[in-house]
Amino acid sequence: MTTIESGTLTGQNLHLSFGTNHVLRGIDLHVEQGTTASVIGPSGSGKSTLLRVLNRLIEPDEGDILLDGRSVLKDNPDELRRRIGMVFQQFNLFPHKTVLENVSLALRKLRRMSAGEAREKALAQLDLVGLRHKADVRPGNLSGGQQQRVAIARALAMDPEVMFFDEATSALDPELVKGVLALMADLATAGMTMVVVTHEMGFSRNVSDTVTFMDGGVVVESGPPAAIFDDAQTPRLRSFLSDVL
Amino acid sequence: MDALEQLGKTFFDWEAMAAVLPDLLTVGLPNTLMLALASGIIGTVVGMVLAIMGISRNRVLRWIARIYTDIFRGLPAVVIILLIGLGLGPILRQITGSTSPYPLGILALSLIASAYIGEIFRSGIQSVEKGQLEASRALGFSYSSSMQLVVVPQGVRRVLPALVNQFISLIKESSLIYFIGLVASERELFRVGNDAASNTGNLSPLIAAGVLYLCLTIPLTHLVNFIDNRLRVGKKQKPEPDELAARIGEGAKA
Repeated sequence: MTTIESGTLTGQNLHLSFGTNHVLRGIDLHVEQGTTASVIGPSGSGKSTLLRVLNRLIEPDEGDILLDGRSVLKDNPDELRRRIGMVFQQFNLFPHKTVLENVSLALRKLRRMSAGEAREKALAQLDLVGLRHKADVRPGNLSGGQQQRVAIARALAMDPEVMFFDEATSALDPELVKGVLALMADLATAGMTMVVVTHEMGFSRNVSDTVTFMDGGVVVESGPPAAIFDDAQTPRLRSFLSDVL
Repeated sequence: MDALEQLGKTFFDWEAMAAVLPDLLTVGLPNTLMLALASGIIGTVVGMVLAIMGISRNRVLRWIARIYTDIFRGLPAVVIILLIGLGLGPILRQITGSTSPYPLGILALSLIASAYIGEIFRSGIQSVEKGQLEASRALGFSYSSSMQLVVVPQGVRRVLPALVNQFISLIKESSLIYFIGLVASERELFRVGNDAASNTGNLSPLIAAGVLYLCLTIPLTHLVNFIDNRLRVGKKQKPEPDELAARIGEGAKA
């Protein structure tokens, strides 16, 4: 894998409302290049929305987003998203395309690679997630775990500077969770900058460099895993942890 | 002549049928096919534009699509055909010198077809999960590329059966073109059959025309069923190797 020289991501005072529903109320998040930040918190706390605001799938009402210290809010959002890979809870693979086409589509259409080049790169990427032999299959014929690994390969094929994981294992059968988490842990070890929204507390504690606990659209606590999991300062975090652990 | 014999004579006079068959095959069938095909293609293209407008974030585009659809889906086909054919006919003649009723007939049929097809496409496109657009946007595709590469192909696939149904009704509705007046060489299936029926005072030519309509529509009906089934069940897959192994294993246990 190529080493990536950039990827420090910062969200500053991010606000977002849907009508009267104030989903994000001034979020600050800083992810140093090459580190993994996990975001935990109860359902509806705004974690997934935060990811979508950080890559501008949803534009924030207020606040700033910096990539390598430079604001990206004025950039073309499509170009910003080519630098940030995203993996979804429901995989969202393209069911009308083969596994290989899923991975190579953006390479061909956005990176303007030739069909041959894109195929080579996509196959190499599929190899990394152990699914090269499924290249010509439709996603519908794969297990959930395999689909999610293809989705990860699809995102990685664009050589992103940052990877977002939005509850990437929540829709998987328990026995399939491990393989996907292991792949994510490998990525983290390889130096990928990652923002991981997760309910997997073990992953959050063992793999991430920082943990951010969100509730009600605000960051309640943030720090290294040990501080969050062993030394919670707020009653809200303590009660959340006692519910999930 | 008893009643049964008379019925047989009225509907199944083989000689009358044989007499009209050459005209049906050389005049009626090509014209019907031409009308249905041309308006089917135009209707599909315009229908797709209407569908995209109908789901646009631009309110004006949505309204235009809505009003267009409401009008041309809401009026009887024959009213549209007459208004377009008789209303625009003289103007077209002035401009082009052409007296052929076909351009206006095709226009009228296309207006009707596109309104229905637009609704079919729109419902298909809107049935595609939001996550598909989101995943495509997250990869860095623009809205229009995402629609073109990811969302629309899936939406269209889902409504192929409804689309083929629309082609079937187009073949049938093309018979209404006779309302705007056709010279002998312009007659389509229905008109050829009907003329022969009036001339002979016998309905058998019309039956013959009907049979030819069925020859066009019944295969399409079965195509609908085939597509529908394929979409629901999917192509037959070769079982996975480990599935096979599991079944062989079961055999060993027994």
